[in-house]
Amino acid sequence: MISILIKEINSFFSSIIAYLVIIVFFAITGVFLWIIPETNIYDSGYATLDQLFEIAPWVLMFLVPAITMRAFAEERKSGTLEIILTKPITDTHLILGKYFAGILLVLLSILPTLIYYYSVYHLATPTGNMDNGGTWGSFIGLLLLGSAYVSIGIFTSVITDNQIISFIFSMLFCFLFYILLDMLRGLTILSSFDPLLEYLSINTHYISISRGVLDSRDIIYFVSFSFVFIILSQLIIEKRKW
Amino acid sequence: MTITANNLTKIYSEQKAIDNISFTVNKGEIVGFLGPNGAGKSTTMKILACYTLPNEGFASINNFSIFDNSEEVRKNTGYLPEQNPLYNEMYIREYLIFLTRLHKIKFKPLARVDEMIEITGLQDEMHKKIGQLSKGYRQRVGLAQALIHNPPVLLLDEPTSGLDPNQIIEIRNLIKEIGKTKTIILSSHILQEVQAMCNRIIILTKGKIVADDTTENLLKMNKQKLSVKVIFKKPVTNETLMKIKGVIKTHSSGEQWNIVSDDFEIREKLFDFAVQSGNHILEMTKESINLEQIFQQLTTNQ
Repeated sequence: MISILIKEINSFFSSIIAYLVIIVFFAITGVFLWIIPETNIYDSGYATLDQLFEIAPWVLMFLVPAITMRAFAEERKSGTLEIILTKPITDTHLILGKYFAGILLVLLSILPTLIYYYSVYHLATPTGNMDNGGTWGSFIGLLLLGSAYVSIGIFTSVITDNQIISFIFSMLFCFLFYILLDMLRGLTILSSFDPLLEYLSINTHYISISRGVLDSRDIIYFVSFSFVFIILSQLIIEKRKW
Repeated sequence: MTITANNLTKIYSEQKAIDNISFTVNKGEIVGFLGPNGAGKSTTMKILACYTLPNEGFASINNFSIFDNSEEVRKNTGYLPEQNPLYNEMYIREYLIFLTRLHKIKFKPLARVDEMIEITGLQDEMHKKIGQLSKGYRQRVGLAQALIHNPPVLLLDEPTSGLDPNQIIEIRNLIKEIGKTKTIILSSHILQEVQAMCNRIIILTKGKIVADDTTENLLKMNKQKLSVKVIFKKPVTNETLMKIKGVIKTHSSGEQWNIVSDDFEIREKLFDFAVQSGNHILEMTKESINLEQIFQQLTTNQ
């Protein structure tokens, strides 16, 4: 697993993908947080990073699929998947290696935004007068949300050898699970499914964690979310043998 | 038995890629899979390498079953897939180091990488990215990939395809050298290739084994036959030639006829035939039957 992780990270950084993702994430969230008149911190008048955590899931919705679309699609297309799968490594370790590499890159993208936290912390009057617990909770929530996106991305990369198809499906699923399920709760036809839709939606648990309380139910949700998509990916890789 | 295959059948969407194949390979043998494209050579290799599973049948390598002990099989096998897929954006050393990690080579992995680079003659190119290498060098990287964990069994799928004649000879010598201590199955649709490297040949057509014997035996088997090349002045037909006693098979390319016969006096008979039908023979040469013709007979008669 570690060997795959190292290889993936190396390939992120030997191409410009990693730098691009980190810079784009930092730049877009920065623009919303500090520049755009309606959303920037000065105009809001409050020392909070709420804007960051509201825009970040949307930015990741584009960036994560771009990271993960290569994972299996490219290996399958170039044939290198045949080499890896005939090495003494289990399918699970192969998938987990790529999964954690994706999460690591999400983490590396989130890390620079700690500068925003530092800035707002010092802008607040008096210094440090902000919801620190909530902010740290939100950072953790964002990472967990990223991990859910990565698991979706790995899955859509396994089902096709076309990176574009993987990218589009991945974005679609991220959108579906992040917010669409939550939005569907308004429909009267689906009213009996409301609790289920609410539970399945990433947004519910993301908001819950961003209050600054690390509820085990939310953690379990995110872990099982990734688990399901990793198992599905594994089934599809296994299926090739037949 | 180092490699055992028992009644292997593989079906790809209702088409049988291989059909009830059985063979065994002993330690130290270099066996060549020979057959036209689509005969099932690659499929058999993919099964032995644990990339895909057979629909029916059983196979094992070093007594490890491909079903129950797939990981052990993969540890004991070096596999060079067809087309030799590689990570183009990786450096040669980086790729080989990645492989030592995959194989969990704990004992001086870097020394092993350097050793592989030396064995496969990649020293001069070792600072290049794989994508920048010429085809011959890419093939060497592929071989290094298959060999890095020093496996007792090697499966090489068309190891010399697409190389120029010099490179082919280099890779052949390399495989022969390596083959002294290993059991190898290699596939090819080129006869000289297999003839040059293997001491045993398995000929496959349409998913079935049509011949499995040592190279010498395959040649001997056809010693009782005679092959003659003839050019007639006036055109003749296949049917009229087949009527001549002793003719087993005819094949024409342009005006030249290839006639295989079990009668050693076929040349006299052909001459008589020409005279009787008012035709003339412009050219007639005796040919010794080589593997090429055996291959043609076995793979087109079916």
